Amino acid sequence: MSSPTTSPLLSVRHLVKEFQMKAMRKSGRKKRIVQAVTDVSFDVHRGETLGLVGESGSGKTTVGRCVLRLIEPTAGQVAFDGVDLAQLKFEELRQVRRKMQIVFQDPYASLDPKMTVGASIAEPLVVQGIDGNHEEKVVSLLELVGLSADHARRFPHEFSGGQRQRVGVARALALDPALIVLDEPVSALDVSIQAGVVNLFGDLQQRLGMSYIFIAHDLSVIRHIADRVAVMYLGKIVEIGPAAAVYEHPTHPYTKALLSAVPLPNPRVERARSRIMLEGEIPSPINPPSGCRFRTRCWKATELCTMQEPVLEIRAHGQLSACHHPEV
Amino acid sequence: MPTPILEIRNLQVTFNTPVGPLVAVRGVDIDVHAGEMLAVVGESGSGKSVSFLAAMGLLPRSATVTGSALLDGQQLVGMTPKQMRSVRGRLMSMIFQDPLSALNPVHRVGAQITEMLRAHTKMSERAANARAVELLEIVGIPQPGDRAMQYPHEFSGGMRQRVVIAMAIANSPKVLIADEPTTALDVTVQAQILEVIQRVQVQFGTAVVLITHDLGVVARVCERVNVMYAGCFVERGNVHGIFEQPTHPYTRGLLASLPQTGVGRLVPIAGFPPNMLRPPSGCAFRARCDHAVEACGSAIPPLVPVGESESACIRASELMGRK
Repeated sequence: MSSPTTSPLLSVRHLVKEFQMKAMRKSGRKKRIVQAVTDVSFDVHRGETLGLVGESGSGKTTVGRCVLRLIEPTAGQVAFDGVDLAQLKFEELRQVRRKMQIVFQDPYASLDPKMTVGASIAEPLVVQGIDGNHEEKVVSLLELVGLSADHARRFPHEFSGGQRQRVGVARALALDPALIVLDEPVSALDVSIQAGVVNLFGDLQQRLGMSYIFIAHDLSVIRHIADRVAVMYLGKIVEIGPAAAVYEHPTHPYTKALLSAVPLPNPRVERARSRIMLEGEIPSPINPPSGCRFRTRCWKATELCTMQEPVLEIRAHGQLSACHHPEV
Repeated sequence: MPTPILEIRNLQVTFNTPVGPLVAVRGVDIDVHAGEMLAVVGESGSGKSVSFLAAMGLLPRSATVTGSALLDGQQLVGMTPKQMRSVRGRLMSMIFQDPLSALNPVHRVGAQITEMLRAHTKMSERAANARAVELLEIVGIPQPGDRAMQYPHEFSGGMRQRVVIAMAIANSPKVLIADEPTTALDVTVQAQILEVIQRVQVQFGTAVVLITHDLGVVARVCERVNVMYAGCFVERGNVHGIFEQPTHPYTRGLLASLPQTGVGRLVPIAGFPPNMLRPPSGCAFRARCDHAVEACGSAIPPLVPVGESESACIRASELMGRK
């Protein structure tokens, strides 16, 4: 590909994903549409980590899956290294997919219990028809993720949760990807184990230079690992920008409320700070609120927020946010 | 110190498994005082839930429970199922991570609360119905009268947890065991539920035992903290003391492994917890501990006062000075 290195590795524009809900026979209810992702645009640059945060139902996982075309987007473009993935035929897509991988939340579910760990890690090489000494490659991958050569002959049940997640990472690395989608990769792990896996992601990026989309609901983990952060609410990005800007100077009321809701592990600080208590919960994506989707829970909402949907605008610290009454 | 409302002594829980006995709780002492908010923290498999499931008589038959658990003077260990039923939901209640599994999907939520009231009192159906609506209001459910007539699937996750709390406090129990009550919830909803639990604690004087792995939650709402590792308590004390000057290497490791500032490398604890089918001799943490010495392997260290806390590390005072 002849694109200059300054162009983004991944470019997502106006991504929409709708799911149709089945019609209910008896109630005579019509088919309903769930808009899981509505008009989402962002870039991921080479070697950077974009954190995708939001509560359940915000659409962050759907974005991750659409990026890899694991599910078909309803509309919008996903361009990887300048190539629009939606235009690719199956075989072409398979070629591009070498460069994009995913690590799932549950390392128990994402490894075949009847395959040795070595065979699981080598499987992408087999699927992609790559020749050469797979055994050697598997050993080097195991060592890369902090495991050892003799682990290759063991089965998933012989591993702890943290080790299993490392196996998942080794498998994702097998094809030297340029982008890895990490979908809640440490949420199932205990904190003392989680720290080691988070460090591993940082180390691997430094050595191999790939980009990450790090999807998580844990804001402290994202803060630790992400260069830029996108905050999602009900299928939309409400704020996106450099991690320091978003965390230190949140401009969208939702970002502010979200950050204030995270309990800090320091009793003195935690008890002294003022908290924004949000009313209610995230509304249904079947019938989202008009105008700004956050207005039903927002303490700053006005008539304008009901009438007009805010668009992403640049703010003082370099981030974009979609709000009629941004925090300053 | 007044007598604790719940006094657990030398509680031991052993599961009979096909591959041999698994000792999940290895002789713990816990005091829960009236009206306090007590944290029990630890990682998966540390025995924090099992300890309280044992006290509530909720473990399967494969579990053997020994020791003593006195609730307001009544011995819970060895109670018959019938005696236990009169205690659960009246003197001591428990709520769980997943509120949906605690609710019956085919009954209206109001009826489920009413059932809880009528199981333990001679309240008339009409009075119980009215009380159920009051309880829904107490836990912050809007339009409680209408909501009482709805089914669990019509409630969101946060609202369901409120319903479960309403059921748990229906008979004004002395102790509420909350086992990871906010773990399945989003942070903004977690904040709401923690506030409800705190309100219950203050308004009704209910002692709350908060079982959690989230040290942030502990820092926000608890006064005293018990840290559990491999079936034993390794440290306990006041929340400020534990967070500012942890005395046990495990507590220190746990706090150090949290991403807090957003900069620098995280510090994981090396290795992983021991296999409880073959528990190690002595201190269970020693295989992962940087400060372990030969003496650590001789016996399970008891909790001894160190600074403002109690620590089950034989080198605690020595290491305290070193920082």
